[in-house]
Order: sequence, then C-alpha cells, then structure tokens
Amino acid sequence: MTTNRRDFIAGSLSAAGAAMGANAPHEHEHQHDHEHQAVPSDLTLRVKALESLLVEKGLVDRAALDALVDAYEHKIGPRNGARVVARAWADAAYKQRLLANADAAIAELGYGGMQGEHMVVVENTPKVHNMIVCTLCSCYPWPVLGLPPVWYKSAPYRSRAVIDPRGVLREFGLQLSDDVEVSVWDSTAEIRYLVLSERPAGTENLNEEQLAALVTRDAMVGVAKVAAPQPGGKP
Amino acid sequence: MNGVHDMGGMQDMGPVEYEKNEPVFHLPWEGRVFALRRGMGAWGKWNIDASRHAVELVPPADYLRMSYYERQFIAFVEMLVQHNFVTREELERNVPAGGSPKAAPALTVEKANSLIARGAPTSRKVIAAPRFKAGQSVRARNINPVGHTRLPRYARGKVGTVWLDHGVYAFPDTNAQFLGEKPQHVYSVRFAARELWGDQAAPQDSVYVDMWDDYLEPA
Repeated sequence: MTTNRRDFIAGSLSAAGAAMGANAPHEHEHQHDHEHQAVPSDLTLRVKALESLLVEKGLVDRAALDALVDAYEHKIGPRNGARVVARAWADAAYKQRLLANADAAIAELGYGGMQGEHMVVVENTPKVHNMIVCTLCSCYPWPVLGLPPVWYKSAPYRSRAVIDPRGVLREFGLQLSDDVEVSVWDSTAEIRYLVLSERPAGTENLNEEQLAALVTRDAMVGVAKVAAPQPGGKP
Repeated sequence: MNGVHDMGGMQDMGPVEYEKNEPVFHLPWEGRVFALRRGMGAWGKWNIDASRHAVELVPPADYLRMSYYERQFIAFVEMLVQHNFVTREELERNVPAGGSPKAAPALTVEKANSLIARGAPTSRKVIAAPRFKAGQSVRARNINPVGHTRLPRYARGKVGTVWLDHGVYAFPDTNAQFLGEKPQHVYSVRFAARELWGDQAAPQDSVYVDMWDDYLEPA
C-alpha cells in the first residue's frame, strides 16, 4: 500500500507541475514536503513495539484494539450517511426531523456514537451551498461518514476552506454561480456537521436504496453535489 | 496557542490532494495508533481537549512535515510518559521495567463497542445561563492564550451573529489543562466572509464558527 500512496503523490505532483508551468520553484517546495510525508518505514516497527509494551504491562487489550480498527475499517462509513440523506429525500417528515434534531433522526436509522454525539445537518438549496471543515484539527462526523480522508485533515484544505471556499470547490470540480451563498461550517467545538445535498433531477422513480447509492462522501462534506444518475446506467 | 495547527486563512499550502478510493488506513500501523489512543484514553487520565493539545505541541516544522497519524503517534507517546504509563527507559528497551505490576486493561472489547456506539459526549447536563441568544450580535474576543483554545485566530476581534445555541459543553481551554470543565453554552456564530477576509470574499458568503460563551462579548 506504501507503493500505491507514493505513486499517487508522484502522479499528482507531476500533474500539478505541468499545470503550474512557470511556478517551478513552488512546485519543488511542495514536492520536497511530500517526499517527507511518505510514510517513514520505521513507524510500523515503532508502533508495533509500543503496542507490545502496553499489552505486556496489561494496559491495553489487543481484542479491544482490533474491535476499534474493524469497526472503522469495515462497518462505519459514508454508506451510513448516504442512507440518512436518501431517507430525507424520500420522506419529507423525516427530513423535518433531521433538520430539527439530527441526533434523534440519525438514531432512527441506528447510527450514532463516537465523534457524532452532537450532530447538526445543514441543507443545500438552489441558493445555499454548505461545506464542512475543521481548521484546527480533523473533526468529522464519524458515525455517518467514518474516519476522514487525508485531504480533509491536510493543510491545504484546512487553511483555504474558510478563506477561499469557492477556489477549493473549483479544485474539486464544482463551480458555483455568484448568486449562490457559500456557508462554511468550521467544526471548532464538539458539534459535527453533515451536508444534506439537493436531490438530483431525474430521480423521482428511484427507491430509497437506489437514492442512497447516488450519495457520495464528498457531497456530504459539501465539496461536491450529488450527480444525477447516468441515463441507461446503473442508478 | 497561536500554533501552526490553527490554519484557517493561511495560504500557499498547495493544492488539495485527492486520492481516489482512499483506504481508511493506508498501513496497519495507522489503525493501531488510532485504536491505541482510544485504548489508553479509557484510563481517564486525560480528556479529548488534552489529547488535542498534545498534538498541537508537536513542533511546528514537524507538524507540517508529518502525516496525520505520525503526529498522533508522537503526541500519544508523550502523553503516555507524562502520565506515567510508561517510562522512557521502557520505551527504549521495549520491555516493562522489572517488578512492575501487571494492570487489567481499561478498555475491554465490551467497552470498546460501547464507546463506538455511544461515544463520549462532552455536553453537560448542568444549568448554565446562556450569555447570548440567537440573533444577537457578538464579537469574538481578541485573546491569545498560550495553552489550548478552540477559538481560531481568524475569528478573533470579528463581529458575527449568533445563529444557534447548541447547549452546554465542557470548556476546552480549562479542560485541556485539567483545571476543570467550566461547562458553558456553545453557539454557532455566523460571520460574513467579508468581515473575516475583506473585499476579496464574496459578499453573500459566510463562515459559521462554534464558540463557547467565554470566547464572546456583546457587539
């Protein structure tokens, strides 16, 4: 997996370099940083050694650690949030409950817990686009989205989401018109936010499960919209 | 602390690097760091604010250079030593010091599952009078605490409007230093983007920041 990550970094750098052209020194600086960010090989050993020490001292139970890793690697992720959004699209009364008391409405679908103890759902409309950030660390609604991706925790996103949200959204391929208000939610406290996207056109005949399949993590963070299903494609 | 972690509004950090089909953990050690922090947190020797502050104390150049989980790991080791769970000698030799008693893990599988399902709320069911109400104009105080704070630099001194009262929560600035939870109201405060960034921001845009009572004054 190390190889994949380095390939990704190298690939994105060469693409960025090509786009930057005259800014070659700038490109070099970033490349320098990222080479350092590639995973140091000794961390695997150091973390393993620390875990063994803590287990030997009776301070941690390996099975409990395994349960935590397994939960966030395999059970809790953005499909949970997608079901919440799909339910809100399909059921107007649920949507009202979700916007009025997100904790209770999300719990109706069986979700809740660590880093989602206090939730607020913000609704996109043709006139308002919401996006979520944590400028100070990495706060993110785990029960509905799982653990955050690297870009969400990274300096480029955390620094610019508040000062240049439209520029950041353009990098994600989302160009908003001037008559749309952008509302950025900085998760500085223990409240976690989820964006309720607009339901795309052409989805009138889809059931809740089919709707949920359209909803992406990025749309629930507010860096993308939910795309309409492709004609003839899988909904 | 006006540290490098307080990034809102900084520029020239480079483009957002998006990884398609990103795994939850890129390598197994990242997952172990994630789990170990919760496993040891269950001893109750620190709280979420103290553990955030430990990461903020990673030296600034290292903070920017390191990956997210590397920072978390470094900060975690420091907390283990500070709270006497391990000694530096034990860390070097990777064996428990001779004669040290064996503990019973604080986080069992059952407790881990409960933590995942129920979390560890920092809201507090105590009566605390709200100092502000929805619709009120407020100014974020211009304070520069040297310890932990969740008042980002970019909002300090700026005027906004209370949008929502979230209820009563433990106060990070004191909680991180084990000086008490000082429970108080937290509000979502709306700042016009132009109040924060001037004319270069779009006039209709806004940033909502969650603010404890102690971060605000009437405006």
